[in-house]
Amino acid sequence: MSQNGISQTPVNTALTYSMLRTLGLVATLSGLLVVLSYRITLPIIEENKRLAIERALFKVIPGAVSRQDFVLSDDGIHTDQQDVKGTTLYAGYDQTGRLKGVALEAAAAGYQDVIRILYGYDPYCQCIRGIDVLKMAETPGIGDKIAKDDEFLNNFTALEARADASGSGLEHAIVPVKHGSKSEAWQIDSISGATISSKAIARMLNDSSQRVVPIIQQHLSVIEAAL
Amino acid sequence: MSADSVTFIFLNAAIVNNFVLAMFLGICPFLGVSAKRETAWSMGLAVIFVMLVSSICSYGINWMLKLFEIEYLRLICYIAVIASAVQLVEMTMKKYSPALFRALGIFLPLITTNCAILGVALFQTSREYSFTQSIAFSLGAGVGFTIALMLMAGLRQHLELAKVPSVSQGAALTMMLAGLLSLAFMGFAGLGAQYG
Amino acid sequence: MATLPDRQEQVTLDTFLRGLWQENPVFVMLLGMCPVLAVTNSAINALAMGLASTFVLVASNSLVSMLRHFIPKQVRIATYIIIIATFVTMVDYAIQAISLDLYNALGAFIQLIVVNCMILGRAEAYASKQPLGATIINGLGIGAGFTLALLSLGAVREILGAGSLFGIMLFGENFQPWVVMILPPGGFFVLGAWLLIFAWFRQRQQQRLSDVGVAQHER
Repeated sequence: MSQNGISQTPVNTALTYSMLRTLGLVATLSGLLVVLSYRITLPIIEENKRLAIERALFKVIPGAVSRQDFVLSDDGIHTDQQDVKGTTLYAGYDQTGRLKGVALEAAAAGYQDVIRILYGYDPYCQCIRGIDVLKMAETPGIGDKIAKDDEFLNNFTALEARADASGSGLEHAIVPVKHGSKSEAWQIDSISGATISSKAIARMLNDSSQRVVPIIQQHLSVIEAAL
Repeated sequence: MSADSVTFIFLNAAIVNNFVLAMFLGICPFLGVSAKRETAWSMGLAVIFVMLVSSICSYGINWMLKLFEIEYLRLICYIAVIASAVQLVEMTMKKYSPALFRALGIFLPLITTNCAILGVALFQTSREYSFTQSIAFSLGAGVGFTIALMLMAGLRQHLELAKVPSVSQGAALTMMLAGLLSLAFMGFAGLGAQYG
Repeated sequence: MATLPDRQEQVTLDTFLRGLWQENPVFVMLLGMCPVLAVTNSAINALAMGLASTFVLVASNSLVSMLRHFIPKQVRIATYIIIIATFVTMVDYAIQAISLDLYNALGAFIQLIVVNCMILGRAEAYASKQPLGATIINGLGIGAGFTLALLSLGAVREILGAGSLFGIMLFGENFQPWVVMILPPGGFFVLGAWLLIFAWFRQRQQQRLSDVGVAQHER
């Protein structure tokens, strides 16, 4: 049966049936394979993610050996049993069960793509203790120094993030300054030649801590009492 | 949720992180269609349209997939939507502008396998853009793709009159040119950051 | 509908080797270019992408070949795409399970394997007409050619741009890496260079063949 495109023969129901049958069969097979591979790999992937988080966690909270997860929302800190929507807050404790610090993820647009970090906050000294770059696509040798340059990472051993008197933000905003001109504890010495990447780090730390530090300070007892 | 403004996202996708020259998406049509300015322009417009349509559809699909928690079907759904969107554009073009349809020839169905279109959908999902952000992103990506294509077409048309060694003619030369363009575009880093 | 009868191919070594040289997907057929540039900033990424793509190519083309008599012509592209997308999704989860670092390095390009023109092109031109055995061997050949192309780019870019190969430092402390090589422009330049070399080889090959032909003709 030839089709020259000008006069259409009536739709061949056998053909329609065979098309539907094929598509249906392939779709079913496809669904089966996808679901199967998803279910098989899910526990492995979850474990990988857990290991990755803990590796970063114990790096940014010095002295921590165990962890507990919380959810931080605008009205407080909740244990993750309660079904509340918010940011995940990781708390790190030492062997005796004492709170060593908390950690959260922060992200901002960098030079190439989004930079995502985990930063550790010590609620007793009210300062940021360390950062770990989780994901970035910055220029190798230049922008990627934010993860590798020791001098830059030294910014974060005691970066001040003190809650202000009114409890609605930070006393001093975390700001980036030109390389070599850091004079205050809440400033970040940028990497010369990688200002965009450095500014991104400063921006995400500032945005995140302005929001979370007051809440953490107010609800510290919830985290301390956990273990 | 990304906090970037729409202006920043648009400029970023179009120029700073140009889809072709920085993200390496859409290379196949870039090689194939960039020989003449007219075809490059038509291809660019078709891509902008398809990107916009796919972006909107992908946003909707992603919302539904999250609702039913079947995110593992995301890739299959996206590619199905893109193929349908291209089919739609093809039929519309055939009806309203047959000359354009003939000029584009095989390239129109090839937009389906254009990684740039799927790239738009995948990136806007992984960066968790809102609806307006997604629109800005897809428009920026399409415009950027068109810019790169037009630049390359202009360059290649000029080079047709130049003496080029036979071994480098065609793909090798296009790649070298693309490398130079890419290098030049790196100078745009930080553009629009004040809107970010 | 009038079509030529399917020419069933005898499986020979040539079926496999074609994909490496004459029909090399990257250097000759210029297919699948996007991942070639994007993930070749290091040799290990290039290898992983090559293997993942080969798996998808062989698996999906095998399925297409097995079902080739049952797929009506009108829905063949849609069917191929669903099959390819399925295997890509499976590879995506597999890589996440194997190594999260590798997964983050390859990024969205794993999922972009689904639009690799090489796979759909082979399904349409070959797998839909040839029996299973030939399809698998040919797929392995094309996949190997693709992986070799990726590796050739990845190795060069990593050696020049980072001074290492597969993460092992090759040069001493004083090596100043040619950073542009691992950036986007470097990808274009290195690929352009390889394409040039390939074209030059083929030109010489054709020159030799035509010289032989002329010599035989004159005799």
